[in-house]
Amino acid sequence: MATRLKHMAGAAAVAPLALLARVLDPPLRALQRVAGQGGMITFFLVPNMAIFGIFVLLPLCINFVYSMTAGPELFLAQRDWVGGAQYAKLLDCEDYTRPATCDEDLFWTAVWNTARFVVVQVTLLVVCATVTALILNRELRARGFWRAVFFFPVLLSPVVVGLIWRWILQRDGILNAAMLDLGLDPVNWLIERGWAFAATVGVTIWAHLGFYALILLAGLQAIPRDLYEAAEMDGTRPARMFWRITLPLLMPNLLVVIVLALIRAVQVFDEAYVLTGGGPGTATLYMTQYIYEVGFASLLKNPGLAAAASILMGGVLVVLTLVQLGLGRRGESKGKAR
Amino acid sequence: MSRVTAFLTRRRGGDRWHWTDVVTVLWLGAGVILMFGPAVWLVLSSLKTPAGLAEFPPTLLPYAAETVVVEGYDKPLPLFTVTREDGTEAVLAEARRVGTVAQMIDPANPDDKLRVNIAEREPVRAVGFAWENYTQPLVERNFFLYAQNSVFVTVVATIITLVTNSMAAFALSKYQFRGRSAVLILIVATLMIPLSVILVPLFSIISATGLFNTLWGVILPTVATPTGVFLLRQYMLTIPDEIIEAARMDHASEWQIYWRIVLPLTAPALAVLAIFSVVWRWNDFLWPLVVLSRQDVYTLQVGLNAYAGELNVQWHFILAMTVVTMIPVVLVFVFLQRFITAGIAGTGVK
Repeated sequence: MATRLKHMAGAAAVAPLALLARVLDPPLRALQRVAGQGGMITFFLVPNMAIFGIFVLLPLCINFVYSMTAGPELFLAQRDWVGGAQYAKLLDCEDYTRPATCDEDLFWTAVWNTARFVVVQVTLLVVCATVTALILNRELRARGFWRAVFFFPVLLSPVVVGLIWRWILQRDGILNAAMLDLGLDPVNWLIERGWAFAATVGVTIWAHLGFYALILLAGLQAIPRDLYEAAEMDGTRPARMFWRITLPLLMPNLLVVIVLALIRAVQVFDEAYVLTGGGPGTATLYMTQYIYEVGFASLLKNPGLAAAASILMGGVLVVLTLVQLGLGRRGESKGKAR
Repeated sequence: MSRVTAFLTRRRGGDRWHWTDVVTVLWLGAGVILMFGPAVWLVLSSLKTPAGLAEFPPTLLPYAAETVVVEGYDKPLPLFTVTREDGTEAVLAEARRVGTVAQMIDPANPDDKLRVNIAEREPVRAVGFAWENYTQPLVERNFFLYAQNSVFVTVVATIITLVTNSMAAFALSKYQFRGRSAVLILIVATLMIPLSVILVPLFSIISATGLFNTLWGVILPTVATPTGVFLLRQYMLTIPDEIIEAARMDHASEWQIYWRIVLPLTAPALAVLAIFSVVWRWNDFLWPLVVLSRQDVYTLQVGLNAYAGELNVQWHFILAMTVVTMIPVVLVFVFLQRFITAGIAGTGVK
């Protein structure tokens, strides 16, 4: 009964689309006669590639030009050409480790905040995801449920994640109530610099842990069982099995996870922005928020500077992506050799 | 019960507790509390009245003050437990309050008045749900409109994504033509280009095409996903070319081959892409935040952020609307989790 209903619902959903396709067939047949198969290939490619070209490729190209112009005007034609001045402004610094000595101090604050975030968050995230995957890979009853427990926050929107945690971490929130119950002093989680930074790290880990644990779990499950059985027969200790079998065979997945987590951490924005808004002060101001604020939100908009900053960030991401592609290729050739 | 105990006490190899068993139990236990706890706390909090939310320490369940209708008073009066001077306790209604002194009356006998210091009474409360947190922002504020905008963006973007991505994937997997690898490289190369890198120029293009402050401005830049083309192409490559040749023999047009043969066979991959697309578009934040600056075109995410950024944060509305924003994604999670986890494990795409 249920399957019949499902089929009927499916048929009802597809019916108008099928009709549309049938109506489209005669004119497209005519097109095929005129333009040939080559024309049809173009026809199939054009919608996607046109949207792709206008909204991804074109912005990517003009971003370079954009970053060499100045002024508040939005359209490229009205902007003044300044060459590398925006980059010079960004990079003008006496001591790069001290943002206060830089011309564009907010940029360097964002750079260092992001760097700190990337190191701390990716390390903790990968460790937690690995432990979770190892535990989920044990002989558990109801493994599907446990997997769902950790995966659940992955689908939540960053705004929802940010608001949930803002509600928990606020001064009169449940976490401080729990601290009081335990006899500890309440903490202004989102108002003290160190804790606010820790909050953005913790909340983003909470939100993404399940995603990476899932990739690692898939890798663990692909390790052949007989390897462990053979090792057990040889009397290998479990710790040794982990270092000699599990970890090396998990390495390809682990590398993918690390690079993906790095790429995502460099771009951190949504959750942190909703949680702390970059504050207190500039303690959790990260790169993407800097670009957004300089380009759109601040009173003194400077789209050229934002474009230059985004290109510098894009450069970092390109390097990371190339590393990932290289790792992927190495994994592929390994797979073929096997 | 014995099965539960058996499950809880299952250990690695035999009778003794191995340290890994302890870690497993602790990790999973902490996982349930940490992962589900915040969401449960959100839902419970969203049903509290503003007064209940302001309480510290907070109560676990939402409570509402009990009220009673007394003759001679227009509004229902809140009930309190009061300890009389002679030591007996009574449930009285508050008729009036001036400063720290309240005038209490007995609901059964409204003429019996008593003046009580507010420190010497306890409100009578029962578990009660403040559903008006949900109805008010939906009806009186713009949240219903925001929800409509979000649904429109999600549905339209997903349909366009499926159609354009599958057409391109079909051309890139089932035809040999010059420039095919160039197109493929272009797509793979942009796989990892995030929005934040092209934010400024993309915004100028959206403005130039008159799409600023329109929902189409939110939809169009997101639909030509390289990820989608890549995913569908990989799947279409597994469809044997013989089927297509046979269809050509029978005078099927290229469009018919795409529509009647390849697309139905790609259904599993299309389903995965559809689910991902729905979640992506529903959750999108940064791009709508940039494109939409007028309230009537806000999506739920942007609207929520705007309300949360107000000087006087109205948590009772925000928490309720956060729950509403969560609902579609939770439904997807409950019913379609298998597809998503299989998709991620297989491709590493999110």
